[in-house]
Amino acid sequence: MRNKNQYKEPLIHITKKPSIEWWKAALIRAASIVFALILCAFFIVLVTDLNPFEVYGAMIKGTFGTERKVWVSLQNTAILLCISIAVTPAFKMKFWNLGAEGQVLAGGLCTAACMICLGDKMPTSLLFIVMIASSIIAGIIWAVIPAFFKSRWDTNETLFTLMMNYVAMQLTSYFIIIWENPKGSSHVGIINSSSRVGWMPTIFGQKYMLNIIIVFAITIIMFVYLKYSKQGYEISVVGESVNTAKYIGINVKKIIVRTAALSGAICGLAGFLLVSGTNHTITPSTAGGQGFTAVMVSWLAKFNPLMMILVSFLIVFLEKGSGEIASTFRLNESIADIMTGIILFCIIGCEFFLNYKINFRKKSKEVK
Amino acid sequence: MSNIPAIELKNITKSFGSVIANNNINLSVFKGEILSILGENGSGKTTLMNMISGIYYPDSGHILINGEEVVIRSPKDAFDYKIGMIHQHFKLVDVFSATENIILGLNDSEKYNIKESSIKVKNLADKYGFDIDPDKKIYQMSVSEKQTVEILKVLYKGADILILDEPTAVLTPQETDKLFKVIRKMRDDGKSIIIITHKLHEVLSLSDRVSVLRKGEYIGTVKTSETNESELTEMMVGKKIELNIKREDPVDPTLRLEVKNLTCLDTEGVVKLNNVSFEVNSGEILGIAGIAGSGQRELLESIAGLQVLNEGEILYHNPKTGKIDNLRDKTPIQIRDLGVRLSFVPEDRLGMGLVGNMDIIDNMMLRSYKKGKSFFLNKKNPKQLAELIVEKLEVVTPGVSYPVRKLSGGNVQKVLVGREIASSPTLLMAAYPVRGLDINSSYMIYDLLNQQKESGVAVVFVGEDLDVLIELCDRIIVIGGGKITGVVNGKEATKEEIGYLMTKTD
Repeated sequence: MRNKNQYKEPLIHITKKPSIEWWKAALIRAASIVFALILCAFFIVLVTDLNPFEVYGAMIKGTFGTERKVWVSLQNTAILLCISIAVTPAFKMKFWNLGAEGQVLAGGLCTAACMICLGDKMPTSLLFIVMIASSIIAGIIWAVIPAFFKSRWDTNETLFTLMMNYVAMQLTSYFIIIWENPKGSSHVGIINSSSRVGWMPTIFGQKYMLNIIIVFAITIIMFVYLKYSKQGYEISVVGESVNTAKYIGINVKKIIVRTAALSGAICGLAGFLLVSGTNHTITPSTAGGQGFTAVMVSWLAKFNPLMMILVSFLIVFLEKGSGEIASTFRLNESIADIMTGIILFCIIGCEFFLNYKINFRKKSKEVK
Repeated sequence: MSNIPAIELKNITKSFGSVIANNNINLSVFKGEILSILGENGSGKTTLMNMISGIYYPDSGHILINGEEVVIRSPKDAFDYKIGMIHQHFKLVDVFSATENIILGLNDSEKYNIKESSIKVKNLADKYGFDIDPDKKIYQMSVSEKQTVEILKVLYKGADILILDEPTAVLTPQETDKLFKVIRKMRDDGKSIIIITHKLHEVLSLSDRVSVLRKGEYIGTVKTSETNESELTEMMVGKKIELNIKREDPVDPTLRLEVKNLTCLDTEGVVKLNNVSFEVNSGEILGIAGIAGSGQRELLESIAGLQVLNEGEILYHNPKTGKIDNLRDKTPIQIRDLGVRLSFVPEDRLGMGLVGNMDIIDNMMLRSYKKGKSFFLNKKNPKQLAELIVEKLEVVTPGVSYPVRKLSGGNVQKVLVGREIASSPTLLMAAYPVRGLDINSSYMIYDLLNQQKESGVAVVFVGEDLDVLIELCDRIIVIGGGKITGVVNGKEATKEEIGYLMTKTD
């Protein structure tokens, strides 16, 4: 009877690792990517009979194949990075801003409105100031409404910000009908396509250069802001422990609203970059789901803005690459999606090995 | 009453790491009997009950039900032996009705029929004299109604042995009377009832026998009819132990803090502080004794500007300017801006005093980061402070850039106390500053508090070890159920006296 109670050590059990050296962590992450590529190779051979190296080659070609492709990839990376940077301060505060999509769209809508309605009424420099200011303010409004309700009545910001996305989309659809060009097309078309008023200027002969520089600057500023400023410190404290924040006298409500406003402001700016600097038009899908992809980028980079440069580039690379293999090898788009899934799964899954150790039952005990 | 106990524990021992929570405990409860288990905080009452109800498994010892040895490995096993526990913290689904909560998790051999169950619940409630509406949702219920649901849940499952963990802690006196009536009815119905408590008068009025635990040891069992308050107090607190903590006489004490008629209710409307008044002088250590949850936390948080008060004043006498400021309804920032140098070591170190995921340097900045006009943080001074504290207080850490979450309990506390003292306070409040610390770290904390006292700081020390309170503090106020039940002089007080005051509630 007593034997029944005796504790038997399980075959494997999992324990938490103390912190590990950075190079070990880097090694584990690199190994996970290699493992993912091997896994994908098996998958490719098994399902499609193609040479996996050719497939990988095509992926690289999809991103870097021509000069134009390189610039488009960089531009896409910049926009994704910008939105990722935007959601990061809110996330660090554990304010789950899922409304980047709507905040970007609100900013883009304001930019488009300025281009259409004010394009021929004021000098270019003033127009740009109005465009930037209005897009930032729109982003702030979209983010601050849920933040205000959260700080006052502790409403759930996840749902609230998500719902705000649909408001932005419907509003955009409404204005598209008003601005539609040509009439009856239910599209806005390229705004100011001949005069190019309100288009982001081309510098160094590259039309996306200015976008990329702006986003890069925002990234550096955000890194410094979060790490070295008093406000960044407050964000960390509120995110880690609201009780501690109250204990040392931080006005938690104020920090929530202020940080959400910052998050919304950068989203609004991303909307400006999309409309004025990239698409020169507005549709309800201008943000294109990047508001949600940005959530993943921010998390994968562990809220470190510099890491986000790498991560957002990786995401864009996977997107472009899978698009390319789909067309080159006449494969179903789904196969590319599956590969993207495998790669991301491995990268995220390797976090487990960074934090936990697997212990096998020791042989000696069994002998005894 | 038969001679075989309904449940009997023989030599039960349970340890957590190096801490022995229960050492060779023997208990028995007969059918149709109420047994009280009496003991201070940390005496092992709840651990023992958790072993009976299948939450923990004993390291050694035997459990007998109706004379047969049994193995209880899970709450389900316990339920199969008809043991039911009513926890201190209710485990109910808020949006479900009473009946839905009660039938939740039952074996579904019978069909789910909410109407029938509801009638059964109602009948059960009538049988024992509970007052409940089976269709009322939990979130609409008062604390005592929720407790009723918990008890009915256990009875509905057919439990014969009921364990109640501090059932009166959350109840008003009237609700307590009602509960006791119900418990007596259950006893008369042949149930065996174990009630965990530290309120002496409840023990005396309710139970048939009392078993006393102290620091994990079984002290003894007495018949309620053959004992009295002073005997039970002595069993509970034990003889005085010499600790040799030094205590100098206060030098030149002047009034520093006056607390007048503090009253405070929590969000559920339960009175946490009831007309509390006391004074603290400079150069003295004022101890606060009491059963955990008697209002100590609320009291300190009120002074620190973290509680909304319903009534009362907190007057701070500024030693520099001689001004008297009322700290009521001020935020911690406003209090600081008034020039009140108040330091507070809260009970919840990592959840309130520190940020676990931040390193020692960042934690040093918590109090001071706002200083200066710069937009950016000044990390130089906090770094120096961190290094100083690590060196002076012998904090064991791989470095100052190490997250405090990963430090041991004693080292976490050294970091926290070190920071709070570093701001050279005039008023220092510490809640359970040595809880979970080893002997050496504890003595270091006592020394630090004594140094503060000598330099003229008014120190408020909330403690749980009566021996320490008596040796360290100049005066001790005893708090029970949110009320001050007595003030004693540290030099003359006895443990029995304080123990009695702690359990005195009316």
